[in-house]
Amino acid sequence: MDPDSVQFIFLNAAIVNNFVLALFLGICPFLGVSAKKETAWNMGLATMFVMLVSSVCAYGINLLLVRFDIEFLRLISYIAVIASAVQLVEMALKKFSPGLFRALGIFLPLITTNCAILGLALFQTFREYNFIQSLAFSIGAGVGFTLALMLMSGLREKLELARVPTVSQGAAMSLMLAGLLSLAFMGFAGLGSSHA
Amino acid sequence: MTTAPHKQEQVTLDTFLRGIWEENPVFVMLLGMCPVLAVTNSTLNAIAMGLATLFVLVASGTLVSLLRKMIPREVRIATYIIIIATFVTMVDYAIQAISLDLYNSLGAFIQLIVVNCVILGRAEAYASRQRVGAAVVNALGMGVGFTIALLCLGTVRELLGAGSILGYPVFSPDFQPWVVMILPPGGFFVLGSWLLLFEWLKQRRERRTLQSEGATAHGS
Repeated sequence: MDPDSVQFIFLNAAIVNNFVLALFLGICPFLGVSAKKETAWNMGLATMFVMLVSSVCAYGINLLLVRFDIEFLRLISYIAVIASAVQLVEMALKKFSPGLFRALGIFLPLITTNCAILGLALFQTFREYNFIQSLAFSIGAGVGFTLALMLMSGLREKLELARVPTVSQGAAMSLMLAGLLSLAFMGFAGLGSSHA
Repeated sequence: MTTAPHKQEQVTLDTFLRGIWEENPVFVMLLGMCPVLAVTNSTLNAIAMGLATLFVLVASGTLVSLLRKMIPREVRIATYIIIIATFVTMVDYAIQAISLDLYNSLGAFIQLIVVNCVILGRAEAYASRQRVGAAVVNALGMGVGFTIALLCLGTVRELLGAGSILGYPVFSPDFQPWVVMILPPGGFFVLGSWLLLFEWLKQRRERRTLQSEGATAHGS
C-alpha cells in the first residue's frame, strides 16, 4: 500500500501504530475510564470528536503560523485550540445529553490534558499531511483510541469476577493487562510498511 | 484563589521529600503515565525526560505561585496551560540546541510535557495556594521523584532489553537481549512489576505493624 494513501494512514493510526497501545498516548483516560464498557464507549466518542475538531483547527493554524513565520507559537496555539474545543464539547453535552455529561464527570475536562489529542495535532504537522490526510489520520486515531478503550474495559469487567492475589489488585493488574493487549497489537506490525 | 486564603505551609524537609516517596507522582499517584512509558526505553532518554520535566515543573510552579493573586479564578486552568506551554517551548528549543540526537529520539514527547498531568496538577493543587518558597521546594521534590521513577523504568528496560546501561554493555556478549522490554509492551510490564513490588512492600509493612501491635497487646 502507498504510505501516503488515505486508507493506509487510517489503518496505520487505528491499528498498526495504535495511539494507546503502541505510542503510549492517552494512557490516563485509558486506565481511568476503562472500568465500564458504557463509559468507555462514550469517552471514546467524545475524544474522537475533539480529535476531529482540533485536527481541523490545527491544520488551519499551522498554515497561518507558517505564513507569518511564527512557528515557535505552535505549541501554545494548539493547546489553546484544544482547550476551547473541549469546552465546546462540554457545553454541547451538558445541553443535549445531561446524563452522559454526568457519567463522564471529571474526565471530560481532562480530555484537554489527553496527550493523544495534542500528539495527533503535532504528528500531523511533523509528517506534513494535507487536509484530507489529516482528516483520515484524526478519525483513524479516534477509532484506535475507542477500540483500545473498549477492549480494555471488556477485559476489566471480566477481571472483576476473577480471583487475583491481593497484591496485584488495582493498577498493577491493569498495567499487566495493557501490556498483554499491547503485545497482541504488535502482531499487526507487519501490515503495510510499518514505520513509526 | 480569590476567597478564603489557604493555610500557608511551612517549608520543611517533608515538603521536598513528599514528592519522592509518599506522593511519588508515578508510583503512588499514577500521573503522567504517557512519558513514563514512552521514553523509558533507554536510561539516557529517561534522564533527559526527567530533567526536562523537572525544569518545567519548577519554573511553572514559581510563576504560578508569584501570579496566584492576579489570576482570575474562572480562567486559571487556561492561564496555567499557557504558562506551562511557554516553558515547554523553551525546553524544546534548548534540547534541540544541545543534542539533536537526543531530540530525535525523544520525538514529540518533549512538546507533550505540556499535557503532563503532574505539572498541571501541581500548579492547581499546590503552587496556586502556597508561597513561592514552598511551591519551588515542592515542585523540586515532585520533579526529582518523577525523574527517579523514570530512571527505575529506564534502567530495567535497557538492562533487560539491550543488555547495557547508558550504552555500556553489562552482560557477557552471549547474553540474549529480551527485545520485548524495549518495545511498547515492555513498558507496561516493567511499570506493572514495580507497582507490584511497592504494593507487596506496603502490605508486608502493614502486616508487620499489625503483628507487633498484636504482640504488645497480648503481652500487656
